Amino acid sequence: MLGAYLPIIVLVTIAILFGLGSLIFSSLIGPKKPSEVKLAPYECGCEPVGSARERFSIKFYIIAMLFILFDIEAVFLYPWAVVFKKFIAAGLGPFILAEMGVFIVILFVGYIYVWKKGALEWE
Amino acid sequence: METLVMPAINFAAIMPETILSIVAMVLLLLNVFVPGEQKAYLAYLSLIGIVVAFFSVVSGWNAPLPMQEGFNGSVLQDNFSLFFKAIFLISAGLAVLISDHYMVKEECNYGELYPLILFATAGMMLMASGTDLMTIFLGLEVLSVSLYVLAGYNRSNIKSNEAGLKYFLLGAFSTGFLLYGMALTYGATGTTKIAKIASAAALDATLSSNPMFVVGMLLMAVGFSFKIAAAPFHMWTPDVYEGAPTPMTAFMSAGPKAAGFAAFIRVLMVAMPTLKADWSDLLWILAVLTMTVGNIIALSQNNIKRMLAYSSIAHAGYALVGFTAGNGEGTAGILFYMLSYAFMNIGAFAIIILVGKKGEPNNNVEDYAGFGVKHPVLAMIMALFLFSLAGMPPTAGFVGKFYLFSAALKSGYVWLVVIGVLNSAASCYYYLRVMVYMYMKDPVEEFDWMKLSPAIWASIAISAVGVIVPGIVPSIILQLAQKAILL
Amino acid sequence: MFDNVWLIPLFPLIGFLINGLFGKAIKEEKVIGGIGALAVLCSFAVACMTLFNIISLPVHERVHNVPVFTWIKSGTFQADVAFLIDPLSCVMLMVVTGVGFLIHVYSIGYMHGEEGFYRFFAYLNLFTFSMLLLVMGNNLLLMFVGWEGVGLCSYLLIGYYFHKKSAGDAGKKAFVMNRVGDFGFLLGVFTLYWWLGQNHGIWTIQFTELAKHAELFQGCTLLTVITLVFFVGATGKSAQIPLYTWLPDAMEGPTPVSALIHAATMVTAGVYMIGRMNFLYIQAPTTMMVVALIGGATALFAATIGTAQNDIKRVLAYSTVSQLGYMFLAMGVGAFAAGIFHLMTHAFFKACLFLGSGAVIHSMHHALHHCHSHDDAQDMRNMGGLKSKMPLTYGTFLIATIAIAGIPGFAGFFSKDEILWQAFANPHHGSLNILLWAFGACAALLTAFYMFRLVFMTFHGECRITPKAKDHLHESPMVIVFPLIVLAFLSVVGGYIGMPKILGELLGGIPNYFEHFLAPVFEFSEEFTKAHAHVAGHHSVALEWGLMGLSVLIAFVGIGIAFVLYVKDTTIPAKFTSAFPALHRAVYNKWYIDELYDFLFVNPCKALGNFLWKGFDVVVVDGIVNGVGSIVMGFSGILRYIQSGYVFNYAFSMTLGAVVIVAFYIFR
Repeated sequence: MLGAYLPIIVLVTIAILFGLGSLIFSSLIGPKKPSEVKLAPYECGCEPVGSARERFSIKFYIIAMLFILFDIEAVFLYPWAVVFKKFIAAGLGPFILAEMGVFIVILFVGYIYVWKKGALEWE
Repeated sequence: METLVMPAINFAAIMPETILSIVAMVLLLLNVFVPGEQKAYLAYLSLIGIVVAFFSVVSGWNAPLPMQEGFNGSVLQDNFSLFFKAIFLISAGLAVLISDHYMVKEECNYGELYPLILFATAGMMLMASGTDLMTIFLGLEVLSVSLYVLAGYNRSNIKSNEAGLKYFLLGAFSTGFLLYGMALTYGATGTTKIAKIASAAALDATLSSNPMFVVGMLLMAVGFSFKIAAAPFHMWTPDVYEGAPTPMTAFMSAGPKAAGFAAFIRVLMVAMPTLKADWSDLLWILAVLTMTVGNIIALSQNNIKRMLAYSSIAHAGYALVGFTAGNGEGTAGILFYMLSYAFMNIGAFAIIILVGKKGEPNNNVEDYAGFGVKHPVLAMIMALFLFSLAGMPPTAGFVGKFYLFSAALKSGYVWLVVIGVLNSAASCYYYLRVMVYMYMKDPVEEFDWMKLSPAIWASIAISAVGVIVPGIVPSIILQLAQKAILL
Repeated sequence: MFDNVWLIPLFPLIGFLINGLFGKAIKEEKVIGGIGALAVLCSFAVACMTLFNIISLPVHERVHNVPVFTWIKSGTFQADVAFLIDPLSCVMLMVVTGVGFLIHVYSIGYMHGEEGFYRFFAYLNLFTFSMLLLVMGNNLLLMFVGWEGVGLCSYLLIGYYFHKKSAGDAGKKAFVMNRVGDFGFLLGVFTLYWWLGQNHGIWTIQFTELAKHAELFQGCTLLTVITLVFFVGATGKSAQIPLYTWLPDAMEGPTPVSALIHAATMVTAGVYMIGRMNFLYIQAPTTMMVVALIGGATALFAATIGTAQNDIKRVLAYSTVSQLGYMFLAMGVGAFAAGIFHLMTHAFFKACLFLGSGAVIHSMHHALHHCHSHDDAQDMRNMGGLKSKMPLTYGTFLIATIAIAGIPGFAGFFSKDEILWQAFANPHHGSLNILLWAFGACAALLTAFYMFRLVFMTFHGECRITPKAKDHLHESPMVIVFPLIVLAFLSVVGGYIGMPKILGELLGGIPNYFEHFLAPVFEFSEEFTKAHAHVAGHHSVALEWGLMGLSVLIAFVGIGIAFVLYVKDTTIPAKFTSAFPALHRAVYNKWYIDELYDFLFVNPCKALGNFLWKGFDVVVVDGIVNGVGSIVMGFSGILRYIQSGYVFNYAFSMTLGAVVIVAFYIFR
């Protein structure tokens, strides 16, 4: 029973070892020339310290919202794909395919609208 | 591997919703593909959609039960929901008619307005015909999200922005209550289907005293009370109604309010008849609070949109009186009243739109001084709407109130009716104040407006007919309403 | 077979809607007038079909209720929009649509070029609609709707020239006086409904139902009160003592209005109402006596005033009041059919007279306008000698005058003589009969006198306007003259359908068609009278002949006096006036009734109003109202602060509300 989890344990072990290993090895063999910039915590290239109430472009929000929207579409496809075979077995294949088609078309309408409206352009 | 069974779908049960959604999507695409500032064609196309949907609503009237049910019992397009759907379509149609004029004047004529109205209407319809808490919730969200955008539609106007944001935040907040209530109900009964909740409660007598079930009901009531703007969950209404573009205020006060009532009535009366003693007490308090708060604050309002917002709260209170009665007469009364209210309120807002200048600096009651002299016909029609709102014969407002109150009397709520009548009398003050300004004061400045469009004339004429005809021959509408009650 | 009667009121309603809503845009007078007249013509056509249908049925099957839809239903109370088709309503339908149509046609010519032409026709059609509702309604409430509707239209049309103060005042006067009457009508409806329901469990306001249970009222102590308050309503609408003074003032309206509303149709509504409820009246002897006395007194009283008026329309107005008095006299002596008959013939000749006077005024006005004279176009002292200028108008006017004077062979004679005979011979009022007959006979004398005075002053003798203006006098266009000719024709032949029995027998057994036709409606009263008459007052045929001869003689005497005074020796009236200055002044000033009313009612009411306003209202009522108001306003102001505009405050109040609600249910 527990044997089923063995690959996961192996994966976790490898991940931990790889992480620790690369940290240890880099500190052992790398040259050390510390400066203020190099010692600062790394955060995706942004300024790490500053006002939390900084304004940033509304475009981020739009992109984020659109991402979530279409992401959910993709997520919804998974369970559908999983049960699709059962529907085929029950003789409902074409129907369920058409249903998903309708779903995608609805979202596609939204996608075209967003596109034509220029929401996907950054400038 | 178990075999799947095709669920009972029956698209006929969601025909009006489907029509509106498809038209809305087409309009959305047309809006981005057809260049130009002229958006009136979208209004006419959406009107066509609304009319087609209306025909589908009419054709569904008195359909046999198998034709009504759909999606495994998640929706039920019975006469009750069809009557409400007709109300939604009428308010949507009237709102569309008055929109183009306003949006051009306020320079916010982006074409998305019409698809959003249609989506909102489809959402309302789902709320009215939903027989599963999930369907009702889905409809509510479709409606609400569209309304948030519509409230903040005039994006260059700071008040409109404020309205949209406030409505969004508070709406999301109230949705929390509603969902929590649904979750508790599901927890107590193990189902979200309204019919099954009712049968579960009927089978298990202990359920009526189960706190989880009762609190579930209460929290759902809170959520719906927010939608119908019942006190003390009404606070958003004045700010949102004042800030939103006027046609959308008219729309919001008529359609979504009726949708809130539709779902509220179905959940309480069909799913929870066993808790009737509990919810009728709650509704009694809500009705009294709502009427009184709405009317009292309306008394000291000077901005006419804000005044009508508070008056709309008060009108929800009158409808709650009929709901408190908990009988068929009360439901028929609400149906009648919601229809009449759609006509009289949208009609009044249409005239406010005509009088208002760009940016609406002149929406105060004083700005109506001398209106009766300058524009006798419009002033007369405005007076008709105000009479109806105040509940004077021979208008639909009077007949509607009469049915609501007599239903409550029949159930023995004498004091509630007394409070209602007193409130109704108090409301005359602020409606008649407008008339005093219209007819008995000299005009301060000129009424200048863009040329009256035929569309806005049509909406005013339809509203006037809708106010006066049921006022004179109430039986036409009332007989339909009596066939549309749930019990 | 009566399924289509709802079309009768529908046509004028459609006409009203078209002209009222789009008249301003249509502009074209011919179209507007055409729509107005056509609507009434269509109603007339349907009404004719209805009449033929009724006649084709056996006598006892001539009462039909035609439901259209349920109007109000609440508990035991039900009022339908339903029409009652029976001989009585058929007669009224013919009068309203037939005469109404002619007056619509006439108006096209008469109102030509007036400002608000469309408004006039819209109101006229609305009036016709209301009047038809009044006549056809099968229950008291629907009748009341029509009753109020015609009152409203009358008000609107009297004040048609609203820029004239006198027109506005006259409209208001009519409205207020009618309100007094309407109050009585409503009280009657309530009492009747309540009494029958309370005591017999029959909750109805439907005429046929009430008639079916007519004998239940025998034991009703309230019946006198009920019938009297209804009669108060009738005195308001039909301008009887004491509520008649609005009608002469109503002549401020355009002349077709005077003809249609204030002569032929609306003012007869009170008579119709009593006829409709004859089964109640016949059982209330006191009320019958009051009705007869008021009717007779009004007939005489108004006639005296008519003798001294110089305004052509005012003479006709008082004449109308007087003739309405005749109809009430007929009702009061139980001669319902005779009263309705007089209603019909009166509609013919009085409409003809009014329209003729309108043609005269129109022509005079035109002529005076041409030479910039400011003389009154309605004053008979400015007229004279119009006979040669307006021969057709003169001819028709003369025929109608002969008819109203009661010369045998013309319509007025048959109906008036029948009333006088019934006043004399009825079994209801005993020795009072002589008085009632005397009222009627004296009024007949005066009627013949003042009507011929009018004819002589207007059409005969020398023309009293400037010769220059005289050249501009001319006959009216065909559209005006045609209705006159039709009405004059009816004023002659209209009487033959209701020939008195003795005359009919003499002429070889011609029956009184009219009375037979209406018999089903008045059946109950007929039998009741037979069963309850005090003395079977049997009067000889010779007596009837004698009285008939006497009334003819009276008419000729009246005409003769008028001829002597206004043709033979025109100085006599002036001498007479200077010999009895006080009498003349009193009559000329309408016996100072308006002043008396001002003194008795209007001024005290104003004083009371002022007192209530300044003393009671301002101090007590306003004090209370303002007190409550300011408390509420203060409360309202406080509540406004809760409405802070901050979202978190709103959210907090929602949470608080939810918590309180849930806590209440958990911990109770």
